[in-house]
Amino acid sequence: MKKHIYLIAAFLGLGVGISQAQVQKGSVLIKNATVLTVTKGNLESSDVLVQNGIITQLGKNLTAPAGVNTIDATGKYLMPGIIDAHSHVGLDVVNEGSAPITSEIRMKDVVNPTEIGIYRALAGGVTVSHAMHGSANVVGGQNATLKHRWGSMDPADVIMQDAPRTIKFALGENPTRVHGRGNGIQPRSRMGVEAVIRNGFNEAIQYKKAWEKYNLAKVQKGNTTTPPAYSERLQTLADILDGKIIIHCHSYRADEIYMLINVIKDFNIKKVVFQHTNEGFKVAPEIAEYTMGASVFADWWAYKMEVYYSTAFNAAILQKNGALTSINSDSAELIRHLYHEAAKTQRYGGLTDEEALAMITINPAKQLGIEDKVGSIEVGKQADLVIFEGHPLSSYAVPQMTFVDGVKYFDIKKDNNDQRQWVAATEMVEPIFLRANEEANRCMQDVDAYFEAFQGAFLKEKH
Amino acid sequence: MNRMYKTFCALLFALLPVVAMAQIDGEFVKPRNGKFLLKNATVVTVTKGTLANTSVLLENGKISKVGTNLSSDGAEVIDCTGLFIYPGIIDGGTRLGLVEVSSVPETVDYADVGNVTPNMQALTTVNPNSEAIGVTRVSGVTTVLTVPSGGLFPGTAALINLNGYTPDQMYGGFKAVAMIFPSSGRRGRFDRRSDEDVKKDGEKALKEANDIWDNAKSYLELKKSGAELTYFPEMEELSKVISGELPLLIEVNAASDIQQAIKWVEGKNIKVILTGVAEGWRVADEIAKAKIPVVTGPVQDLPTRSSDRYDAPYANAGLLAKAGVKVALRTDDEENVRNLPFHAAFAAAYGLGKEEALKAVTINPAEIFGVADQYGSVEAGKRANLIVSTGDPFETRSQIIHVFINGYRIPMSNRHIRLYQEFLERSPGLKAN
Repeated sequence: MKKHIYLIAAFLGLGVGISQAQVQKGSVLIKNATVLTVTKGNLESSDVLVQNGIITQLGKNLTAPAGVNTIDATGKYLMPGIIDAHSHVGLDVVNEGSAPITSEIRMKDVVNPTEIGIYRALAGGVTVSHAMHGSANVVGGQNATLKHRWGSMDPADVIMQDAPRTIKFALGENPTRVHGRGNGIQPRSRMGVEAVIRNGFNEAIQYKKAWEKYNLAKVQKGNTTTPPAYSERLQTLADILDGKIIIHCHSYRADEIYMLINVIKDFNIKKVVFQHTNEGFKVAPEIAEYTMGASVFADWWAYKMEVYYSTAFNAAILQKNGALTSINSDSAELIRHLYHEAAKTQRYGGLTDEEALAMITINPAKQLGIEDKVGSIEVGKQADLVIFEGHPLSSYAVPQMTFVDGVKYFDIKKDNNDQRQWVAATEMVEPIFLRANEEANRCMQDVDAYFEAFQGAFLKEKH
Repeated sequence: MNRMYKTFCALLFALLPVVAMAQIDGEFVKPRNGKFLLKNATVVTVTKGTLANTSVLLENGKISKVGTNLSSDGAEVIDCTGLFIYPGIIDGGTRLGLVEVSSVPETVDYADVGNVTPNMQALTTVNPNSEAIGVTRVSGVTTVLTVPSGGLFPGTAALINLNGYTPDQMYGGFKAVAMIFPSSGRRGRFDRRSDEDVKKDGEKALKEANDIWDNAKSYLELKKSGAELTYFPEMEELSKVISGELPLLIEVNAASDIQQAIKWVEGKNIKVILTGVAEGWRVADEIAKAKIPVVTGPVQDLPTRSSDRYDAPYANAGLLAKAGVKVALRTDDEENVRNLPFHAAFAAAYGLGKEEALKAVTINPAEIFGVADQYGSVEAGKRANLIVSTGDPFETRSQIIHVFINGYRIPMSNRHIRLYQEFLERSPGLKAN
């Protein structure tokens, strides 16, 4: 009996230990940098003090408290950690392509903290990524917002636990190909895509009503009503209607973007961000008025029919029409140089440095609902920071160090060969992934096009 | 009929001034030939240093003079004070013009059926009106090698200038037979073959390549000896490589394959250019020793192995150059060939250096393709392929102001720019009225 008590006590202790385990937070003083705060202008030769993962002081001639390391950043640029609002890095799988609506799916369940793509993103200054479900379904799964705390084996450590819930929607070619042409069910056309969304939300309204009715009835005396069947799928849709989840909608053509704007107006939904949005420039005033903006590619186009009528000036047109605009990667390669992708808005539309940098920092932060925590260098914010050699919008810029919560996870001077955390037995003989071969292998390419899981790995497999 | 035609023409001429003045629907600015004096620029010649306050005279499709105090007699003068002149940028490997929308098979023309199809001519299928061409050239990329892909010998690549109404008008004077060297590696994440099968398949493919090569050699010998040969276009094309008429572009990427390819070429006495060469940095000394030039890229690409440094593709060109390899860059792209200057910037920042990176997209590809007498630098006598920019064309913040291709002044417009002009301030805006 006593033995049992010890055992239980031991387990309890373990439980307390786990619940108290916290992600690592660092303290550091970065001195003499050109600080690009993004929201409060640029500070020449200034210092940033980070204590316990939070930016506590900005200014000149700051001194490091005892035990806090100082980094000399003279001649270098310091900017907020880059935020990628569309990524699949750090995920084991991406698509649950089994039904047009799979809102019950959670990407948090398939986070792989050891994926080398996370380290490579850090080497490009990216500290937060929005790990999204794929675009096979009209309503896909719920996404995970990741903080790139490289080195942990625990998925929970790389998930940004204080970020709000978001969900993937997808319009156009992908869901109509997978479900309509692939499985012979709605949607086969962009009409069907609208119908699937409207049907889903109406079903969720019925579901909500059934539960409200039951909840009222069950407190009555002598109640005998049975509860409605629980559905995670419909409950999630109901949560969207209640404003608890931000929709991030894969979209390309202006007509389908406009369609979803009409749908959300009808259902009184406010929280929508359009993803890709290649033809967003055509409905920029509507996007600006009714949504949380668009997260776009800098210059991808023509890889499929629905992006043939694109323009690299998309981001600039959206921005100048007042739409909240971010530049994303949707690619394990592009995520490594988002600073360069943002800089393309200067070639195509002449945006200012501040506007361009906002597109990979504070703007995506707003679209993910985390702008009070990250996305700029301000006192009180989480210390996600990148030190650059050269201005980050220069094509010659090279990220030097990347910090998440004040902890340095990338340092170009300490970047040795083989940064893998963990090597699968099947990878003891290391595979070589060659782009040219991948292209030649067209049947594989079709599989890739179907399930965008791997489109990040090879530029050809864009969605 | 003839009279009606004449009347029509006369009417057209009479109306021309009116038409030219009025803003009419569908007005189109065409590329324009002529004599142009680009005055008072900083000229980055690439081969003869950077010349301040220098002018460049273009006539008859050529750079006729580079110097100061050039006569503007009969020339359209373009003031370039404060601007920079660079040679037209050259992409050493693309599919530009061979594909319009990559996911729509009806528009994809860079790969045909069969493993041995060297007679497939990229130049034949270049679409001079591809949207991607207009989108590319305003970035300063004026000339590209466009390359078929697919099987072992997928076809013959061609150098094209990005202006013209027929492939022949675009043709840049260089062709090469493409070869995808048999790979000993895996084809990607979906390749589930066992290690033995991968090895066996690689050996089989190499044996096939050798057999085909021997056939082509026999074909050439028989032909030389005056034998009567049946129609055999594949062998005819390959025999041009063996006779030295056309170089061989060998696409090869994994380190062991590069070594294998170097060995395969040894003693064949043919002109060879290695392309891709993603893992070139692992065997850079061996490539240098073999004295084979390389067209590498894309620079903005993922490392080939999970254990590689994150910047391996950025650093590859620099490491090759340092080992003594002659390096040109490529995007290996179709619609985004316009990004070549940015690929070059990344190569520069990660070890190649700015000067060498500029050479790697100008004079180096020109020399590798044997057309340096016409391309790759701003020098009198060369083709009038050049660009005028507000600054370093590798920087995104620089704007390319003018592009000249074969002496034609290219309109700085394309569909991307027209969409910008139309939609920046949409009318009606949010509310219809």
